[in-house]
Amino acid sequence: MPEIVAGRRAALPRAGSVRPPTPPPALPRTAPDERPARRTLLDQVERLESELSQLFCSTWPRHGFEWSVPSRGGPRMLSLAELEVLRDDLAERLAHARRSSSDRTYVEDQHRRRIEEMLLEPERHKWVRVANEDIGEPGCKHWHVRPRWGVLGMLMSWWRVRISSGCPLPT
Amino acid sequence: MSEPELTEGWVDVELAGEFPELGLDCVRVDARSGRSPFAVRDRLRELSDRFTGSKVVHMRQDPVPWAYRVFFRQVGVDPDTDRTPVERIAIERLEWGGLRSANLLDDALVIATVETGVPVIAFDADKVGDHLGLRLSRKGEPLGRGGRPMSARQIVVADEDRPLSVLFGEISEERGVTRKTSRMVLVALRVKGVPAISVEEALWTAADVLLAHQ
Repeated sequence: MPEIVAGRRAALPRAGSVRPPTPPPALPRTAPDERPARRTLLDQVERLESELSQLFCSTWPRHGFEWSVPSRGGPRMLSLAELEVLRDDLAERLAHARRSSSDRTYVEDQHRRRIEEMLLEPERHKWVRVANEDIGEPGCKHWHVRPRWGVLGMLMSWWRVRISSGCPLPT
Repeated sequence: MSEPELTEGWVDVELAGEFPELGLDCVRVDARSGRSPFAVRDRLRELSDRFTGSKVVHMRQDPVPWAYRVFFRQVGVDPDTDRTPVERIAIERLEWGGLRSANLLDDALVIATVETGVPVIAFDADKVGDHLGLRLSRKGEPLGRGGRPMSARQIVVADEDRPLSVLFGEISEERGVTRKTSRMVLVALRVKGVPAISVEEALWTAADVLLAHQ
């Protein structure tokens, strides 16, 4: 008996030369619970929609913003991947709308400043015209630097700001 | 005439797990549709005066319309393309300069939706089961007899046997209200952020308009 054992030991590789085989990874017996992840994503979609709505209301009546986020063929229960894509699309749309709004606000501030300058020194802003739309306001009002008394005013440099009385009547 | 009774519909387990506050409330009324009487058309006119452009723009920040917008998003519908019912009515009001009268039932549903922000739909009570609820559709399941097959996991209003309508969408042709309908079931959807009292009020409003003009 000891010989046999010894023989077997001799056939085995020496300790330290080869690592013992690792057992295969244990497979999970149940599918992972997606619910917490889904809950988080739904909450994020809710928050993003809230922020998008606030931004929409604050940018009104300005035009030219894109608010739409593509539909996912609903109403249906979205998969986890679809919820992630929806969340990302909403976040991207919100970021883009914020950037556009910020740029637009900067330009509108410039126009407001220009109106003040036009009112102070109309002769330095000949023929410049700024509309309500340029300062983010509704309506058709506009400020226009024009010469008083036409050609004579142009020759004499009698410039003034004319403020329109509003939208034309519908025909 | 007996007072209509409000019943709570069932919600499929998977849907309830995803949207714990989702619910469906129903009221059965013995009423027929038909041409709207003057009083109803007058009420529509009065309601249309409440809408202004700025109110419609800010509507999406009001709690109830906003809650439906969020739910639309969460179920894969873009509320800026496929408007929520109250927003759709508001946009139509701005485009047409008033709320147009269609018939007694449609007018009652519009009045209830405008008053509360909660969308209400109606089925023929004699053509649907006793217990209505919300569930997910199965792949290829038809919407009504000979209706189009639906894709899998769409949210549908259903009775014990079959889907009756896609949520906020198409109603199965043979389950909807027709000229021959004498009993209706009014259905309102409850989502997160919408108080139960608003949903009840929407159903009572629609039921009152219908019952007052029979």
